[in-house]
Amino acid sequence: MFVRNICKHPFLEIVDKVKEDYMRDYIIYRLIGMTPILLGISFLAFVLITLSPSDPAEVALRVNEITPTPEAIALTREQLGLDKPFFTRYIDWLVASLHGDFGNSYVNNKPVFHEIITAIPATLYLAAVALLFTVIVSVTAGVLCAIYEGSIGDKVTRGLVFLGTAMPSFWVGLLLIWLFSVKLDLFPTSGMQGFSSVILPAVTLALTYISTYTRLIRNNMIENKQENYVLYAKVRGLKESTINKHIFKNSVQSSLTALGMSIPKLIAGTVIVENIFAWPGIGRLCVAAIFNRDFPIIQAYVLMMAVLFVVCNFLVDIFSALLDPRIRQGE
Amino acid sequence: MTFWQQLKMDKVAVISLTIITLVLLIGIFAPVVAPHDPLGTDIKIKFADASWSYPFGTDQLGRCILSRLIYGIQTTVMLSLITMAATIIIGTLLGVIAGYARGKVDEVIMRICDVLLSFPSEVMILAIVGMLGPGLGNVVVANIASKWAWYTRMIRSLVIQYTDKNYIRFSKVAGCSGTHIMQKHLFPGVVGDIAVLATLDTGWVILNISTLSFLGLGVQAPTPEWGMMLNEAKNVMTMYPSLMLAPGFAILIIVSAFNFLGDSIRDALDPKHNQQKAVLK
Repeated sequence: MFVRNICKHPFLEIVDKVKEDYMRDYIIYRLIGMTPILLGISFLAFVLITLSPSDPAEVALRVNEITPTPEAIALTREQLGLDKPFFTRYIDWLVASLHGDFGNSYVNNKPVFHEIITAIPATLYLAAVALLFTVIVSVTAGVLCAIYEGSIGDKVTRGLVFLGTAMPSFWVGLLLIWLFSVKLDLFPTSGMQGFSSVILPAVTLALTYISTYTRLIRNNMIENKQENYVLYAKVRGLKESTINKHIFKNSVQSSLTALGMSIPKLIAGTVIVENIFAWPGIGRLCVAAIFNRDFPIIQAYVLMMAVLFVVCNFLVDIFSALLDPRIRQGE
Repeated sequence: MTFWQQLKMDKVAVISLTIITLVLLIGIFAPVVAPHDPLGTDIKIKFADASWSYPFGTDQLGRCILSRLIYGIQTTVMLSLITMAATIIIGTLLGVIAGYARGKVDEVIMRICDVLLSFPSEVMILAIVGMLGPGLGNVVVANIASKWAWYTRMIRSLVIQYTDKNYIRFSKVAGCSGTHIMQKHLFPGVVGDIAVLATLDTGWVILNISTLSFLGLGVQAPTPEWGMMLNEAKNVMTMYPSLMLAPGFAILIIVSAFNFLGDSIRDALDPKHNQQKAVLK
């Protein structure tokens, strides 16, 4: 540190200082911008219940198989705090949510927070494996396709990529179950036992993203091939592999940023996969809650997902601003 | 070259357009085309193999799969077209208003869009279906609600981009009325980009509607719907895997047709992109 300070030209120190100030301002600016969005999201998650055509009190009674007499409904309304004015309820709910208290499930009366927390690890595990598959496959395939552009392999991959975007993921899931579980008996059809059970769901989940990012990385690399620095490198007589390395570095960054943006989408996308493979995560919890009209769980799910989305976008923006000075200046 | 000439040159576009038109026609004339009643059950012939009277066989209740596929067009494809139409109308209206009026109106509309766009669309759809309850109408509402903000924002930025163009400034100076400028100058400029996005998104909406129906949140039995048919096929997968094929391929074909058509329209509209492609080739 000491040595670096001595060696550093005063001008460079100023540049660093400006850069730091800029980043700090940018982060503060983004944080302030996030607050109204988060408030809006929470309001939307709350207001959707009020828009619901069914009375939450009646639903709460029905799922517990209690006849909804007017007295019972009035009592439940009071218990659930539904008799209070709208904004009081919103503020109460918001404050409680900030403390991690999303109320109790109508179905089994357990705290919603507990239900969600127990389901989250399974979802994150599935999403993480899917993300890993996505990165490995799409980077490899994208790079190979770009290097061997126009070859048979490239054409086949492009066909597969196309299929990946047009095939409904639930169909892919079913076909995979049929082929690998029923016919070949390699993986379990559903549930979560051991690593072999995560492979099919993760592949199903990753497929759309693999197609998207293979195409993105391939096209980015091909675009980069036309750049002047590549021409210059060729003129300098650099090795093909060295040039490819440069192209790779320059084109993969933007693709990975885009991938970061799609992490929350990936987690939200687990809903379908979890339901096909009976995976015990939050997506399955949410769909079950929709069937049971279990509003507190739906509300908590929506709120959490939206917050996750906003926070992820924020982190990705900060990250790309740190990496790319052009974005910093653009703001 | 005009847009249509360009599109006609593109083989992929012609094939996609033919497929889409054909599917729509079959859907509209379903009562004439379908060989059987899609709801008519006949338990004696359940899981029948393909034959002349049942070209794709029958399902677990002995219903003709081909007829259900054909009637499924009415639900899946027609509903997604309705969804897209509604989304585009809302988006264009609000987008043009926001982009043209600017100021406070713009500010309010854009902030609402910001909030809506901060949800992943999957979550937004689940939220609305969750609150309104499963059902066909609710799925359409959810799809519109999750998509209109996108269109509003995009159309607004297009409008702002075009408003800065000299010919629009000129017509303002020349004293043309606001509605006249919107109709004659803004709309024709914007319509191409909307067409591309709308075509691509139709495929997306078809996937969404069938996915929700597959989960049991959309179309309710016994209405024939492709996602729903796959859900029913799932239960008998070990014994009769072939039931999964027809509805899956139906979705695949129609979604690909819309995706290809969207790409082709984009190429036909954007000569610059075309030249780039020529250079890359």
